[in-house]
Parts: sequence; structure tokens; C-alpha cells
Amino acid sequence: MSESMSEPGPLSFHVPAPAVRPGGTPDFSDVKISRAGEVRRPDVDVAPEEIRDLAFQIIRVLDRNSEAVGPWAGLLSDQELLDGLRHMMTLRAFDARMQMAQRQGKTSFYMQHLGEEAVSCAFRKALEPGDMNFPTYRQAGLLIAGGYPMLDMMNQIYSNELDPMKGRQLPVMYSSREHGFFSISGNLATQYIQAVGWAMASAMKRDTRIAAGWIGDGSTAESDFHAALVFASTYKAPVVLNIVNNQWAISTFQGIARGGAGTFAARGLGFGIPALRVDGNDYPAVHAVARWAVERARRNLGPTVIEYVTYRVGAHSSSDDPSAYRPKTESDAWPLGDPVLRLKNHLIHRGFWSEDRHKQAEAEVMAAVIAAQKEAETHGTLHTGPHPSARDMFEGVYEQMPPHLRRQRQQGGV
Amino acid sequence: MPRKTMVEAIRDAMDVSMQRDDNVIVFGEDVGYFGGVFRCTQGLQQKFGSSRCFDAPISESGIVGAAVGMAAYGLRPCVEIQFADYMYPAYDQIVSEAARLRYRSNGQFTAPLVVRMPTGGGIFGGQTHSQSPEALFTHVAGLKTVVPSNPYDAKGLLIAAIEDNDPVIFLEPKRLYNGPFDGHHDRPVTPWARHPQGEVPDGHYTVPLGKAAIRREGSAVTVLAYGTMVFVAEAAATETGIDAEVIDLRTLVPYDLETIVASVNKTGRCVIVHEATLTSGFGAELSALVQENCFYHLEAPVTRVAGWDTPYPHAQEWDYFPGPARVGRALKAVMEA
Repeated sequence: MSESMSEPGPLSFHVPAPAVRPGGTPDFSDVKISRAGEVRRPDVDVAPEEIRDLAFQIIRVLDRNSEAVGPWAGLLSDQELLDGLRHMMTLRAFDARMQMAQRQGKTSFYMQHLGEEAVSCAFRKALEPGDMNFPTYRQAGLLIAGGYPMLDMMNQIYSNELDPMKGRQLPVMYSSREHGFFSISGNLATQYIQAVGWAMASAMKRDTRIAAGWIGDGSTAESDFHAALVFASTYKAPVVLNIVNNQWAISTFQGIARGGAGTFAARGLGFGIPALRVDGNDYPAVHAVARWAVERARRNLGPTVIEYVTYRVGAHSSSDDPSAYRPKTESDAWPLGDPVLRLKNHLIHRGFWSEDRHKQAEAEVMAAVIAAQKEAETHGTLHTGPHPSARDMFEGVYEQMPPHLRRQRQQGGV
Repeated sequence: MPRKTMVEAIRDAMDVSMQRDDNVIVFGEDVGYFGGVFRCTQGLQQKFGSSRCFDAPISESGIVGAAVGMAAYGLRPCVEIQFADYMYPAYDQIVSEAARLRYRSNGQFTAPLVVRMPTGGGIFGGQTHSQSPEALFTHVAGLKTVVPSNPYDAKGLLIAAIEDNDPVIFLEPKRLYNGPFDGHHDRPVTPWARHPQGEVPDGHYTVPLGKAAIRREGSAVTVLAYGTMVFVAEAAATETGIDAEVIDLRTLVPYDLETIVASVNKTGRCVIVHEATLTSGFGAELSALVQENCFYHLEAPVTRVAGWDTPYPHAQEWDYFPGPARVGRALKAVMEA
């Protein structure tokens, strides 16, 4: 009798684990990377069942020679690409300064984007005024690329006297209706279904605006993710459902949330939602895929799921130390490279940019960030103040302050 | 004046609101074509179309989460959770999202939505169709919590809730849908058609949030109650012959402290009645408020009559339910104290 035909023994419990832990040699050989230009570009009105394979490939534009190739290339002018490069560089410089400010005690908490800058910066340029993002805490590129003032971001990070959120919300949990940036909750996945609801409302009102939901690989395990996909699918909501797979949910590798599914994009297939997977470190690829999904939504063709394959180079937050759970050199081994470097090299390859001009731009960007930071600090930091008043704490809980809160404010003596 | 059941009054409130404001929409499980398991939305889809009244997937977090997004867009969703007992998957959306959106965004985004849900027991619904989770909402900053006790109030309060610019939890005592149940489960209930509070004006009117009503004037003891317990308390007062003043809170948050304090200072005694479990129930808050504000007028300890601290049982429903006999004993006890 063969082994497989014998009586089953006791069951065994399965817990997925990453291939490598600290001290090991980083290895991404199991990450199947499509060649740049290889993945086809279907029409936006394609039937979802005809592109199921796209949930398992990676749409890429920039190849190893820094050329933009294939059917997803060529949507952006050199100047637009250069603007994109500047946005990413600005976000990176902003992060570097704010991370340092946190270490200096000027704020309580910070979350950086290192390695993921292309995702939010390139996506933002696919939207129109009036569209609404429901972001997580790692999409500040939507604000930077959307023209939201760095000074306002810093004022919130410092919870100073000009904090647009009046000191009530954590640093980096920004909000700007004007810039199509919904107030970040900080609770995970809750806003994915809200994006769908917002998009449903736009359709109900026969408006032309669309919504974009954002979620990380780890949070796709939340029930709100599944609720969002059901609602988006059922009501054909004009929404782009973005999944940023940066490989790590704090210390938990993406396999814990992904389970037996081949990819996160594949989650969309069971809901009948077209699902694309894109190189998240490839600015023109991210933009092209975003444009495709945005156009689908705008044409009333319904939702799209996009998985951005990227890597969280930095720590999860200022409270995290990734060397405790992954090799220190893992980010160097990440096969999709660095988004800033790749776009820079592409622009140089096109003869539109140079090392010297890049160095100069780096200096300009940093100078602009530092100037904004200096100005923000004249209005206070969390450490030194001045802060929004204690009175502000009691405002805005309700439209009109109810009597019990008024009494508490009096008791508080403010 | 036309008389309506509480179900009809609630339906009328949504109908009137939907007629007056295109941004008012209604959705939830079974609420569209069928009109809801309690029939509260019957006919609304036919009248207003399926983009303003529609069926939702069985996903309470999805229903409230989508409503938060719609409200942020500018609509005024009035959603139904089929039973308050099914609310828990939506709790995160209610507590972390709807309740805090105005505050955390400094007013850039708001969530003017209503979450309706049938509450309370007395229908042999067992532990999954009988709970009274109001204290889980009154504990949350940013929410308003309403519990009507009759058709007139239900319509006026629901219209006020829909027009309110903050999220409102609207708990409908399901045992009162068809008549003023006073806890005597072995007797027939008077239908609302024969009860004065079943008189519901046509068209638009509101009952303001945050205002209590004195249902029975009295001088011996104040009874603080809401929902089904208002009628139980009235029955207990009549049956014991104690001159109790029964206050129907109507809105739990914001609560009407003025009316409570004026009454307790007058009577010097206070019994608090709710169907929800005792420990950390809303009665604890009321008791603390009475103690803080009326201490020097009190002639007896503040007493609570509530559901026992057990899950809501099935066969033992009437042992669990704080009926007129238990309330009556509490009234006598505070009078003798």
C-alpha cells in the first residue's frame, strides 16, 4: 500500500513563515516578476473574466535599460515624468526631515514612505478635481502631488497652533476635502468600504466623481475589505480599490494575510471585479494602471482592484524596528528596485535629465522642505508648543455642543 | 387625527423625509423590495425607486461603512440594522468612524446618518433578537442615542434624527411596534389605534432630540425610563397606587438633565428602569447624575430595576424581563426607605 493510501495520521497545524529571518540571506527568488512591457493592456470595457490572468502577473513599463516599453508606456510627457520625480523626491525629503523631527522629540509619532513613493504620487495624477481618496497613513504622496501645502502637513505633525486638525488627530492622519483626501481614521480597513459608499453616492446622484479606496496587504484580512468588495461588486460602484502590498504588516510578512491565494489582486476575482497587479516602484506603470482603472470607473464600468507590488524599505512607524524580524539588507535585495532611482535613470536615458541636475534638484527639494519646517516650527512643535487650546478639545464632537459637554468644559476650567 | 402603529409612524417619518430631501436614502437587509422584516420600509422602494431604497448584502459593517462614505459625500442615509443584536459587526464603523469623523477632520467631513435598529425583548426572540445595547452607544462621544416609546414620538424623533447633522442611533423597542406593552404578557395589548399616543399627524413635524417627556405626573417618586419600560412603569404606578412621576427620556444622549433634576428634587426619590442588563447600563449613568445633582433632596437611595446580568434567555423571558411587579416592588421599597 502506498503512503498516500495509508490511514491518515494526526492533523498538523500550518503557520506560514517568511523564507528568511534576521541573520539570513535575503531571497526573493520566489517572487515571479513579469518582464517590462510583457503584460497586455486590455480595453477598459473588457469582461473581467477575460483578464483573470492579469491578477497573477506584474504590469511593468520601465525595463532594466531604463527604457519605457510595452502597451502601458507613453502616457506621460517628459515634463509630467519630471514633475512626478520631484513629487517623489519631495516626499522622501519630507519623510527624512519629519522622521528626524520625531527623533528630536518635536512630535510623538511618524510614518514614512521610503520605497513606496511612486504608488501615491503617480496615482494622484490619474484623478480629476472632485474625486475622493480614502487613504491609509502611507499615501501622503496624494497630498504632495496634489498640491497640499507641506506647511499644513507639518503643522499637523507638530500639533502646533496652526494644526488644521486643531490638535485632535495624530500626526500623519491628514484630511483635506479640497484636495480629495478623506480624513484618515488610523483604524485599518474601515475606510475601504467608505470609499465604496462615497462612490455609490456619486452614482446615485448621477455625478461624475469617482472614489479611490486604499488598504495595505495586511489589512485585506479585515472583514471591511470583504464588505467593500461585495458592495463594490454588487452596486458596480465607480471606485478604484487599491491594495498596497509592501510585503510587511509591521512584523508580519504578507503570507499571513494572503494565505493560499496566489496574489492579493486575485482576491478581486471571486467578486467578479477586474484585478490588475502592477510594479509599485515603476512610476509610469503605476500611473498607467491607475488611469485605466479611473477611466473604467468614470465610464460607469464599475470597480477595479489594483495590487501595487512594492517594498516597505523603512520601519512601519517611528515606533518600529524592522531589524528584529527581517534581514537588514532585505530591501537591497528587493527585485523591483527604488522608484526614485528608476524614474531618474529613465529621464536621464531620455536625455531629459542628468546626474548634475538631479543633485541640484535634490538640494532644491531639501531646501524647500527645510524652509517649510522652519516656518512650521515658528508656530510650535508638540514638544515646545504653542498648541491648539484645551477649549478646542471640546469643540466639534457634535455640530452644537450639548449641555453635558458644556458642563464638562466648565469643570475643566477652559 | 389619523392613528398609526409605531411601524407605520416610522415608515411615515422616512417617507416624509425622503419627499422633502432627495439626499435621504434608505437601505439595509431586506428593506428594499420586501420592506423590512418588521415592514418599516414597506412601499418606499416602490415610491422612491431603487436608488433611494434598496436591499443590502448581509454585512452590517458594510451597511454602516458605506453609509459613512455616503454621508461624507453629502447624502443623509437612514440605514436599518435588522436587529440591534446584529449591530456588533458595525460597531467599529459606528464608534471609530461615524462618531469621530467631524471631530478628527475638524469639520471637513461629517456623518449625518441614522442607524435604526429594533431593540429589546418580550417577543421570545432569545439571546439574538432581544438585546438592549443602548449603553454601548451612550458611552461613545459623538453619537446621539434615541429610544422612542410611542408612534407620535417615533415619527417626530426619527425626522429630527434624519435632519440632525450628527450620527444618530435610533433604537426602536420592537415590543411597542404594535401597541403600548406594559409588561403584562398574559394580557392582550391595546393596539395603537385605540391609544392617544397612536395619533400621528400627517406630514412633517419633529420631536426635538435631547428633551424628555413627563408621561405621568406625580409627587412621591420619580421613575426614569425609556422605550417599553415607560409603559411598565406607568402600570407599576397604577397597580401600587404610588403617586409616581414617570419620565420618558426619549433621548439618552444628549440627556435632559433639567427635567430629571427638577422632578427628583420635587419627589425626593428615584427609581430607574431599563430592560438592558444592570451592570454598566445607562441606569448607572442616570443614578450617578441624580446623586451628583439631587443628593440633598434625596430621601431614599436611588434604585435601579433592570435586566439581570445574564444573556437574554428564551424560556425564562418573563423571569428576566423587569415587569410591573418588579418595578412595583422597587417603588414600594423606596417609599418605605
